[in-house]
Amino acid sequence: MTVAPISREPAIDPEGIEVYVNAEPARLRPGSLADVLGQLGYGGAKVATALNGEFVPERSRATSPISPGDRIEILSARQGG
Amino acid sequence: MAGQWALSHVCRTMACQHWEMGDNLATFTLMNAFDPNRRPPARPLAFYGVEMGSRLLLGTALYPSPQVMSEAVRASRAGIVTVSLRREAARGKTGERFLELVKALGVHLLPNTAGCRTAKEAITTAEMARELLDTDWIKLEVIANDDTLQPDLFGLVEAASELNKRGFKVFPYTTEDLGAAERLVAAGCEVLMPWGAPIGTGLGLNNRYALRTMRAYFPDLPLVVDAGIGAPSHAAEAMEMGYDAVLLNTAVAKAGDPVRMAEAFAKALEAGRAAFESGLMEPREMAAPSTPVAGTPFFDIGPGNPSVKTGEDGSVEDRSVT
Repeated sequence: MTVAPISREPAIDPEGIEVYVNAEPARLRPGSLADVLGQLGYGGAKVATALNGEFVPERSRATSPISPGDRIEILSARQGG
Repeated sequence: MAGQWALSHVCRTMACQHWEMGDNLATFTLMNAFDPNRRPPARPLAFYGVEMGSRLLLGTALYPSPQVMSEAVRASRAGIVTVSLRREAARGKTGERFLELVKALGVHLLPNTAGCRTAKEAITTAEMARELLDTDWIKLEVIANDDTLQPDLFGLVEAASELNKRGFKVFPYTTEDLGAAERLVAAGCEVLMPWGAPIGTGLGLNNRYALRTMRAYFPDLPLVVDAGIGAPSHAAEAMEMGYDAVLLNTAVAKAGDPVRMAEAFAKALEAGRAAFESGLMEPREMAAPSTPVAGTPFFDIGPGNPSVKTGEDGSVEDRSVT
């Protein structure tokens, strides 16, 4: 068991919609999950995503719109037992 | 599978067994006796059709450094390492570096669902792991309690059923509960991983009776003791019981010298498995001399020995034994 590091995602757009990225509040320009990943600097990164507790495959990110209050999880591989 | 076991078990216990005692061949009928002639299947260990040259699954957490982790994995001769999924905070870089490191080990990766509290969380995590790590293997953990980190068997069965339907190859972290085990097998699990003791405790095999029962109940199903292994002797004991493999992490990672401890575990597993395959002796309550009794010096049977009384019927009573 490892303790998840506290995520400090930047608030990209002060006028944008408020969402939660890895449980941290963030204001982002509206768009798809793929757009959001790009805004947050994850473009091309090897990560896995979930939206409101549901897995979103990489191929579906561009067609998954983000709404205010959405909970976005961005995960990658770590040490584990 | 369990039904077949039950039938063969009844046949075994109803059968007469012949035991050679000295020069005499004595015949006993033993009920519920362990069958000393039973040997493990000759086929090599395989998980979901993938043959394993190693009986160790090693965790990758808690090491003092990534380099020590890599060296410990190599020294342990583990065939599988476990990894987790965690929130990324460095724009994907931390995860990518870690993935490079573990892929370079040249062993199978087994992602876990550690920390998940519900079947839904575990299923979502498994889906994310499959995409990220390009494997349909998943070490399924659904945790019921923070203090014991014991599996939530209801959530575990629920998640295992759904994941099997979605094409996953599930390695469920479970207890020794045979009811849950039956359901996991019915859900499609081709391996079970009962705990030795709660995760991180190093208490070893906490419930030997239940672990022995589980092994006997599923003689042909790959069984892995997962969690609680604190010392190489615990791993050897699991092997001697006939378990197919062990999964551990803390005992190596938190050792004073993790690489050397990893090597110690490799040797213990080898010794324990060899012992099981060789057929361990049956323990017994009373002492039995290993040196032949015949020809013991200074021991006379007859009137010349004051400590031996010969009865009228020829029976001999040795009074020197107290």
